[in-house]
Amino acid sequence: MAFPHRPDAPELPDFSMLKRLARDQLIYLLEQQHEVDKLYKVENKPALSSSEQLCFLVRPRIKNMRYIASLVNADKLAGRARKYKVIFSPQKFYACEMVLEEEGIYGDVSCDEWAFSLLPLDVDLLSMELPEFFRDYFLEGDQRWINTVAQALHLLSTLYGPFPNCYGIGRCAKMSHELWRKLEEEEDGEAKGRRPEIGHIFLLDRDMDFVTALCSQVVYEGLVDDTFRIKCGSVDFGPEVTSSDRSLKLLLNAEDKVFNEIRNEHFSNVFGFLSQKARNLQAQYDRRRGMDIKQMKNFVSQELKGLKQEHRLLSLHIGACESIMKKKTKQDFQELIKTEHALLEGFNIRESTSYIEEHIDRQVSPIESLRLMCLLSITENGLIPKDYRSLKTQYLQSYGPEHLLTFSNLRRAGLLTEQAPGDTLTAVESKVSKLVTDKAAGKITDAFSSLAKRSNFRAISKKLNLIPRVDGEYDLKVPRDMAYVFSGAYVPLSCRVIEQVLERRSWQGLDEVVRLLNCSELAFAGLTKEDKASSESLRLILVVFLGGCTFSEISALRFLGREKGYRFIFLTTAITNSARLMEAMSEVKA
Amino acid sequence: MSRTKGDEEEYWNSSKFKAFTFDDEDDELSQLKESKRAVNSLRDFVDDDDDDDLERVSWSGEPVGRRTRLGSFQSLSDALSDTPAKSYAPELGRPKGEYKDYSNDWSISDTVRRLRKGKVCSLERFRSLQDKLQLLEEAVSVHDGNVITAVLIFLKRTLSKEILFRELELRQVALRHLIHFLKEIGDQKLLVDLFRFLDRTEELALSHYREHLNIQDPEKRKEFLKTCIGLPFSAEDSAHVQDHYTLLERQIIIEANDRHLELAGQTEIFRKHPRKASILNMPLVTTLFYSCFYHYTEAEGTFSSPVNLKKTFKIPDKQYVLTALAARAKLRAWHDVDALFTTKNWLGYTKKRAPIGFHRVVEILHKNSAPVQILQEYVNLVEDVDTKLNLATKFKCHDVVIDTCRDLKDRQQLLAYRSKVDKGSAEEEKIDAFLSSSQIRWKN
Repeated sequence: MAFPHRPDAPELPDFSMLKRLARDQLIYLLEQQHEVDKLYKVENKPALSSSEQLCFLVRPRIKNMRYIASLVNADKLAGRARKYKVIFSPQKFYACEMVLEEEGIYGDVSCDEWAFSLLPLDVDLLSMELPEFFRDYFLEGDQRWINTVAQALHLLSTLYGPFPNCYGIGRCAKMSHELWRKLEEEEDGEAKGRRPEIGHIFLLDRDMDFVTALCSQVVYEGLVDDTFRIKCGSVDFGPEVTSSDRSLKLLLNAEDKVFNEIRNEHFSNVFGFLSQKARNLQAQYDRRRGMDIKQMKNFVSQELKGLKQEHRLLSLHIGACESIMKKKTKQDFQELIKTEHALLEGFNIRESTSYIEEHIDRQVSPIESLRLMCLLSITENGLIPKDYRSLKTQYLQSYGPEHLLTFSNLRRAGLLTEQAPGDTLTAVESKVSKLVTDKAAGKITDAFSSLAKRSNFRAISKKLNLIPRVDGEYDLKVPRDMAYVFSGAYVPLSCRVIEQVLERRSWQGLDEVVRLLNCSELAFAGLTKEDKASSESLRLILVVFLGGCTFSEISALRFLGREKGYRFIFLTTAITNSARLMEAMSEVKA
Repeated sequence: MSRTKGDEEEYWNSSKFKAFTFDDEDDELSQLKESKRAVNSLRDFVDDDDDDDLERVSWSGEPVGRRTRLGSFQSLSDALSDTPAKSYAPELGRPKGEYKDYSNDWSISDTVRRLRKGKVCSLERFRSLQDKLQLLEEAVSVHDGNVITAVLIFLKRTLSKEILFRELELRQVALRHLIHFLKEIGDQKLLVDLFRFLDRTEELALSHYREHLNIQDPEKRKEFLKTCIGLPFSAEDSAHVQDHYTLLERQIIIEANDRHLELAGQTEIFRKHPRKASILNMPLVTTLFYSCFYHYTEAEGTFSSPVNLKKTFKIPDKQYVLTALAARAKLRAWHDVDALFTTKNWLGYTKKRAPIGFHRVVEILHKNSAPVQILQEYVNLVEDVDTKLNLATKFKCHDVVIDTCRDLKDRQQLLAYRSKVDKGSAEEEKIDAFLSSSQIRWKN
């Protein structure tokens, strides 16, 4: 349980610096305004402040501008003179200013920027907290956040030295990398000459691996996220968990000793661990019997507080587990997981399809139904037209006709597609590929899939061995590979690609995989001969997920790190999971 | 906003950097502004957050302000790339002095760099189409969406629709940015024009249809949906939109009728089970459930009858049965449930048939807390023996378990089950009778 790192594992860099930096900057900005006494959440309602000046700290979005404009214009109409200040985080966009100008309040408000884009959620996890990145880029093709990413990477290299080895895959990764390079060139000098603290950086686009993000999570942290939604590294546990009438906000990170030991565990191990822990705790409490006064004094002043804290955390996590169990039993989780695994492995497609159909017919959950359809689509290179039409019709009947907009979005993003008539050749193709060498088969596939960008999941899965062959039971207590994060059924594609590239220190020998991922022009590696890089730093790897990463992926890479003596650090535009991905594509306001 | 020169005001207004605008009129440079007005509102390229790299020059060519450093470029490459672009836009009929300002023009790449860094930079001098397009291409080449959009805002303002669209059609990255920008600011009209120009008719239709989400009033929404019907959707979406319209039309009728009935208080079903929410804008399946709940027995001719809904929207049998079952089970109308699965053959024999599988039927009945006698009946109809046994055990249908064990001649399982029934109960007796029977040839 909670496997220790190898003794030679490198230390993590100190991210508290980032927090300090951001805080100081914000304080500076706010103090400029004299006394900012109260912060209001920007919602679509009138501000009830009687203050002489209003300061808005906002994301640069049009709708926020409209809201501010409505307030300012209402004040103007009422003949009320106030001062307004808008602080954009992490940066201001020209489109926002255009709106301020159009609404006639340009000049009435003054603008500032709070370049805060890296929030350390944990010792090894930085989040840009930009959930909108996913929709903006992967659905709309808007590159507004690429500069933000490049700036963030620039800041990291300023603080932690240059990255000697750099790898990436995906269009967004490539563009971010290029812009980042440009920034470094423009402002060179700062990072140069510094000893690199982090040996490798790996950038990857979310659309390179949708499958992993669409799967139900079964490691504890992922499961907590799927069930309760972790927001900014903390979770709201309702009364059903706290077994009181109050909700409780709990910070989930390495500081929480109980959580830290179970976060990466498969859920099936967590109960056993927690009850063992409870017994130990009991034993420690029991020690106080038979203590003399002095010992008791010591116990109370030194240990009791820690024990009480642990007790509180333990009962919360036990409560969370119970609540998860209850919910999962109710929704027939076992059956759901079985279907997912069947989809991943590509057998019983008909059965899975009718399972999904029934899910829809019974109006189980719009998000879940959509997720399963997407999983079916991506693993099968699109739905066969007949299924697509019938599932879509039933979906619209069950959850509302307006979802035809959602389907259009999903199609554009490549998450839910219909096989083009030419695609029926897939069967022929796979037969051919068995007969001839892979290279020849690749060419044939190329010829067939000239138009649509296909996921090729099955072929990639075979190439990268994503479905482990299991002889007998997969022992989830003693994981043997990263597949444990999905009960031993599937190695996350994203993590496998990272593993393979790190092993080779290049993309060499992965051409076929890269081609199947539709990234032939979009995989890159840049190695600099860096003499100053210590061997320790060369085992530190920063993985950048553009479009979000899941806790399962984080757990899988933490596992890989422990196996190989690496440490991974994660930078993501936001933490994501299947529900968040689906909601981002959904056109209907919840 | 009135601009008194109080200290506090000054403090408030002077942010670290200034907002971007295409025709910036900067406070700090009011001097310059005065002069500018005099010469017919000259566009300048002012910047306030780093005056080091800019020599401020008034219209007459005299340096303004504290610094008078010359040629302070950021780097050598900047200096070299600073191609004289002034010849692109000859400005006729303006005072000669004005041209002096243009001597400080940034090259296209410098302009884009400044935009990228959020600095103020006027684009007004890019007047030739060639300049505009080069500017756009430079923005695209640095990948910064914010800059691409800034340039597009400028192009949108200074180019005719036709030219803008024509050029963007050749530049897909920029095109996507414009589409997203128009969506965000809600410029539906231009968006529709753009889609029409690009001949992306399906997107045009969808983008028009999306508007209905902003209409709250059901009558108005219905009328709006009507305008969507003829739009160039794909064949299948056309049918869906037609159905959407029809559904809302029905819902409006049903809602008006039922609200009236409920208020009148004469109808038993509404008295016993007051409606929790209006049926307006609900999905079809929810509407069907509602109709099975409140209007089950109505004749096919009425809009609110389940059969009418089924026919109008071609609801598949499976879906219909599933929904009707859930609704009738909720009302504990077991007789209706029974009828749902009973079919008669031509000889008049009745037979039970369920398009959804009896194991599902059992689960739904159990969820609606059907009594054991009812459950039992349907558990018995489950074909697969293992499933049947599992369900029977799960839902405590003792008789079914016991009989099935007997049929399977599974003495061990029957023995094991004996511990699960109450002591001295009829079930226990039944088990004992079987266990001691000499008629059965047990397999174990």
